[in-house]
Amino acid sequence: MTNTLIADGTVTLASRTDWSVLKPILWQSIGQTLEMVCITLVVGGILGLVLGVFLYGTRPGNLFENAVVYRILDIIVNIVRPIPFIIFLAAMQPVTIAVIGTSIGTSAAIFPMCVMCTFATSRLVEQNLVPVDPGVIEAARSMGASKLRIIWSVLIPEALAPLILAYAFLFISVLDMSAMAGYIGGGGLGNFAIAYGYQKFDQTVTWTAVIIMIVLVQVVQAIANAIAKHLLKR
Amino acid sequence: MNQIKAREAVEAAAGRIAVGEPIIEFDHVVKQYKAARSGRKGAAAPKAVDDVSLTINKGDIFGIIGYSGAGKSTLVRMINALEQPTSGTVTVLGERISSMSEGKLRPFRQKIGMIFQQFNLFSTKTVADNIRFPLKLDHWREDYQEQRVRELLDFVGLSEHADKYPSQLSGGQKQRVGIARALATNPQILLADEATSALDPETTTEVLELLKRVNEQLGVTIVLITHQMNVVQQIANRVAVMSAGKVVERGDVYDVFAAPKEPITKRFIATAMSGLPDEQRVAEMRKQWPGRIVTVVIRQHDIVDGDGKPLITASGQNISDLIAKFGVTSSLLYGGIDTVRGIAIGAITYEFSGDQSHVDEFLAALAKDSDVVDFGTKEQPVPYAEAVEKAGIATPVMSPDNADGDDPHDADDSAIMNDSVATDESSRLKADWNDLEQVDDMVDVTDPRALEARSEEERQ
Repeated sequence: MTNTLIADGTVTLASRTDWSVLKPILWQSIGQTLEMVCITLVVGGILGLVLGVFLYGTRPGNLFENAVVYRILDIIVNIVRPIPFIIFLAAMQPVTIAVIGTSIGTSAAIFPMCVMCTFATSRLVEQNLVPVDPGVIEAARSMGASKLRIIWSVLIPEALAPLILAYAFLFISVLDMSAMAGYIGGGGLGNFAIAYGYQKFDQTVTWTAVIIMIVLVQVVQAIANAIAKHLLKR
Repeated sequence: MNQIKAREAVEAAAGRIAVGEPIIEFDHVVKQYKAARSGRKGAAAPKAVDDVSLTINKGDIFGIIGYSGAGKSTLVRMINALEQPTSGTVTVLGERISSMSEGKLRPFRQKIGMIFQQFNLFSTKTVADNIRFPLKLDHWREDYQEQRVRELLDFVGLSEHADKYPSQLSGGQKQRVGIARALATNPQILLADEATSALDPETTTEVLELLKRVNEQLGVTIVLITHQMNVVQQIANRVAVMSAGKVVERGDVYDVFAAPKEPITKRFIATAMSGLPDEQRVAEMRKQWPGRIVTVVIRQHDIVDGDGKPLITASGQNISDLIAKFGVTSSLLYGGIDTVRGIAIGAITYEFSGDQSHVDEFLAALAKDSDVVDFGTKEQPVPYAEAVEKAGIATPVMSPDNADGDDPHDADDSAIMNDSVATDESSRLKADWNDLEQVDDMVDVTDPRALEARSEEERQ
């Protein structure tokens, strides 16, 4: 492909795209993206849920009220979250090597993604738990429910619809993060679009990647909306 | 293991309590929140509850009345230990719960149901699942759960709404679900925190009837906190009045109603019951009617203290005899009679005319056995405040503007200002008189239609 481009001396689009070569790479990229996004969403999502419940619970007046712990967690989350992910990826390198053993490849990308996702989720979870009516929690306490039981059977179910929408929002953030994995050899759709599209002046490839990502986001958002709508009907 | 033991202890203790014996005892209870809340550095934090000693007996419907900020919510939350006292002890069902650990409290709380002003139903659970929740916490077998939920739905009359979500119900229905949920684990005590304050008067009566049934049929002791005197009047048998964290007055509901001692109590009673006209209305009546305008307080019974000594006597019981005896002409102008636990109480305003000396003699005779407020005539009016003060009865002074303030001491200050009511309060008075018309059994005798309807009812 490269040869033909040079031989012509001009840049023509689409017609030059050799899908027989690109197709397996595209499939591999989709696989890598899904791998990174899914693992990050599960690991970061769960850890973030726990951290978010902790943030919410230690808030003044809440179940595990503890001003010191809340303050510390709050500051940590506020420090980590605004760091641009591409810089975070680089900054985390020593930690990634210590934990994963390498700083290159898909796994090496997943680790910092999980860390960032945990912090992002925690804030989203906290923000969606705050509006839960404290009266409902008091009612559960008056029935003799334990604190963990209240979190699991009352607090989270009461906030479930907004939480699901928050996770759909997170999916988009994580997809965004995965696009930067290419910088550390993580592959994925983002890397595919940059390496085979942008850098080779092949807009067809770039747009193929973009469209696939749009479809992915739309599908996830539609599912989340449907679930949330169903829950909110109550 | 500990939980089971704790529960057995609770059950054993509860089993020993007979109707009429203390089930809840507050002993010099103080609750003081951290000073940070008041925002004033160095200032002592206000005491939400200030040295309260109070006994509630098994089988009571015990009303605790006070303005918001009076400390009644805090007090009631100490019964199920949602709040712990700063000092003093709280004994419930024979257990000193003010020193219990959180782990022991959890099974204990299942013996005490609680309902709320905003119902606090789980919005993502169906009606049936809301009621089932405490049963799940108590580890009931599934088929027992099912049966109990059906029983409770039937008891509160919501069987056909089992699979609905709370948002699909009306306020009254929501509170009935709240009651069913609170009763699920067969508690011995039900705490009602402003349970009817978010409901309209009709629904309030409905819910109060249900609570009465809970008390009478299931033998559940009810502690009811409210700022509405008519709620206390409708179902409670005993009442405590709270102001600025203290219990300022307590006793049998009828006694407190008929012979209130504290200004704040008088004020609450004036909002719920009284046939005493306000100043404006008296002025109008004087203009319209030539004779002597007199309000007679009606009390069907004597009120006695614990030893049977009369505190305050019946009033207005011989008025018909006296009218006949002295030959005065009377016209009924205004009034209202309420029933408090089945006993009539209120005031009727008459115009008495006839020979001047006859009227004077008649009023002297009437005043012997009754409380009488003499407003005079058009020519010789007696100023409103003077007339009322002379009679020594409660004036219908309405809620102070700052009753909803955060500082509980505010309510107390305004209580002292009781006598300084002026015309600028008249709009407020009117508003409260409108409320009065919602009170059961109350007839505005200035409205001929109401009287007609009333006499028709009586004929039937």
